[in-house]
Amino acid sequence: MSWTGKILRVNLTEGTWADEDLNMDWAMQYLGQRGLGTKYLVEEVDPKTDPLSPENKLIFATGPLTGTGASTSARYSVITKSPLTNCVACSNSGGYFGPEIKYCGYDMIIFEGKSPKPVYFLMIDDHIELVDAEDLWGKSVWEVDEAIKDAHQEPLLHIAAIGHPAEYGALISAVVNDGHRAAGRSGVGTVMGSKNLKALAVHGTRGLKVKDPEAFAQAVEAAKKVLAENAVTGEALPTYGTQVLMNIINEIGALPTRNARDVQFEGANEISGEAMHRPRRSDGRPNLVTNQGCFGCTIACGRVSKLDVTIPCVKPEDKEKYDIASGGVEYENAWALGADTGVDDLEALTYCNYRCNEHALDPISVGATIAAAMELYDIGALTKETTGGIELKFGSAEALCRAVDAICEGTDFGKDLAMGSKRLCEKYGHPELSMTVKGQEFPAYDPRGIQGMGLTYATSNRGACHLRSYTVASEVLGIPEKTDPLATEGKAALVKAFQDATAAVDSTGLCIFTTFAWTLEDIAPQVDAACEGEWTVEKLLEVGERIWNMERKFNLDAGITPEEDTLPKRILKEAAKTGPAKGLVNGLDRMLPEYYELRGWTPEGYPKPETLERFGLA
Amino acid sequence: MEMALVIDPGKCTACRQCELACSYRHTGEFNPSRSRIVVFDFHTKGRFVPYTCTQCDQAWCQQVCPVGAITNENGVKVVHEDICVGCKVCTIACPFGTVNYDPASGKVIKCDLCGGDPACAAACPTEAIVYTDISVQGFEKMRKWAERVDTAPQAGGDLPPAAH
Repeated sequence: MSWTGKILRVNLTEGTWADEDLNMDWAMQYLGQRGLGTKYLVEEVDPKTDPLSPENKLIFATGPLTGTGASTSARYSVITKSPLTNCVACSNSGGYFGPEIKYCGYDMIIFEGKSPKPVYFLMIDDHIELVDAEDLWGKSVWEVDEAIKDAHQEPLLHIAAIGHPAEYGALISAVVNDGHRAAGRSGVGTVMGSKNLKALAVHGTRGLKVKDPEAFAQAVEAAKKVLAENAVTGEALPTYGTQVLMNIINEIGALPTRNARDVQFEGANEISGEAMHRPRRSDGRPNLVTNQGCFGCTIACGRVSKLDVTIPCVKPEDKEKYDIASGGVEYENAWALGADTGVDDLEALTYCNYRCNEHALDPISVGATIAAAMELYDIGALTKETTGGIELKFGSAEALCRAVDAICEGTDFGKDLAMGSKRLCEKYGHPELSMTVKGQEFPAYDPRGIQGMGLTYATSNRGACHLRSYTVASEVLGIPEKTDPLATEGKAALVKAFQDATAAVDSTGLCIFTTFAWTLEDIAPQVDAACEGEWTVEKLLEVGERIWNMERKFNLDAGITPEEDTLPKRILKEAAKTGPAKGLVNGLDRMLPEYYELRGWTPEGYPKPETLERFGLA
Repeated sequence: MEMALVIDPGKCTACRQCELACSYRHTGEFNPSRSRIVVFDFHTKGRFVPYTCTQCDQAWCQQVCPVGAITNENGVKVVHEDICVGCKVCTIACPFGTVNYDPASGKVIKCDLCGGDPACAAACPTEAIVYTDISVQGFEKMRKWAERVDTAPQAGGDLPPAAH
């Protein structure tokens, strides 16, 4: 409790599966989800493995609190070795899919090998089946969702699937569940495609018990109250979603614009959370229909939008299909598809977001890669001949939409884009124009305007990412305390503290967005009341730090060197042109040595033997 | 005073805390499949609707039960599990589908308002489900409309689309 204590191992090559007891010694050291799933990966997969070979594994892992009554208990993670970064990959998603795995009686599903032909995995309580998916190959996530529910006459199934791009090897493919919630980053969907696994369809009817029901009810109640009374989780996120950030980050001069040529976007307000509430000129209705919570979530930051299909970007034959409410733009998506490409058309961004969900693409990497392509086009390294006729200019909504279509359809140019920004920029002779770290596109915070995010991107174990240590909380929003976004002093310790705490939260089954309001002081009592063992704040931090070192070790063993703990040249050499950070570059060299030292790593960036020993990783 | 659950789908975020709370109260486990209240997600319309028993005054389920396992306790139709034989006739009779067979217990289950302290309403973060005096359940809606009375003729554009 509140682990189910069982994992399911599926051998796709043989078409067989078997139950196993969860390794409880590991659960006590790695908790669940990100930590425990990654522990299984590093124990079972050689770090040098080709990510797209059958030897790689694909793990769907829940946390001990997933599916319980705790707020935000929706989360699960997809863990594998990334084909985009060659690093450890761990992508986290909400919606309603994750808890169903627990309700079938499992903490984790491990997929091994490669199916000889396309299949989908079906699990309804005890009934497990690998079902032929030849007919579904090439179909979108939305089509697959409908077809599987119809085929089994079971509307209560929750489905996680890949689209067409993952099948042709697009390295920026996500796994999308419930139509529009994504385990988005690092190409986890690509690995699923390489295994000929089209979808997982799961529904369970078993209940979950907790260790101490009374203490759990009390801890959950108190924690829900904290979320409800906090200005961010109780008001800003339900009202504007993560999109509350668009104007804020633009004002402080940290909104990467036109492939990070600029740090402020003149069209930010047009694509902001506020704009989603404003009546449109065409039909007088706002883009936003409602907010939505994932399973168990009392914040409900999710955006549900209705696309204005009268815009010219939507092809006439597609108007009926997209005339629906579906996942609207979140901040990262609106930034990547919008500010980073210079496009200020909210409806065009909504169209691209629908397309990314429909075909399980990572919208951050999609937008950022198209932004890089636009710069290549601008300097003449890409031409209309290579883009398949798309006039790929910064600011063109039409170009953006057609480029997204090209990835979905897998045209020649679409396949170039689908390899991500690093490979695209290398192919066309300008690697310096790729805004990536370790091959992964960085998200919506310019490290020149928020210095801590530079160290966050440079040291993230899955390549550039905001969700490994969201120091924006401190540097911009003042949570838990305000630090100066333009200063580098103290950021090494801040990043380390956020990384360790985040790794722990990502292992519980709860959502990291709770930490706008919660500290580990709110989370530990919930874990402790639900789970065997003793779970204090100190224990969670120890688990977090252990996870971080484990991930680092895997990456080093995979051949990723500490020299890759760096940022694109533009961020280190070209100063911000406007805003509060005007004249500044990122001061990574002032933060990184201190960070290594605080981590107990050598000045060269390798964990010292005593550090590894301390966490049982030697 | 007779109390009832009043549901406002417009406020629902589909978080399913109500299902978690209901199953936990009745079974001691978190298990939405055994919840007496269900949230329906019409996601392409962006609408989420919690649905459960409305405690009919003249309840079909109660009238049809061959063994008298469903009784009226101060307006609440309660299934007595020790009497219920699991024949499921009530599930056929109920026009709304809110009485359901529970394979785990071999009995039917339906909302019993948790004996006067409904867990779903307590767990709902947005007041989409509230437990209130049934005779004044429309009061809040009336108040909102009353507030508009002096401006309504000029402010037609402000009315929700459904009002046109």
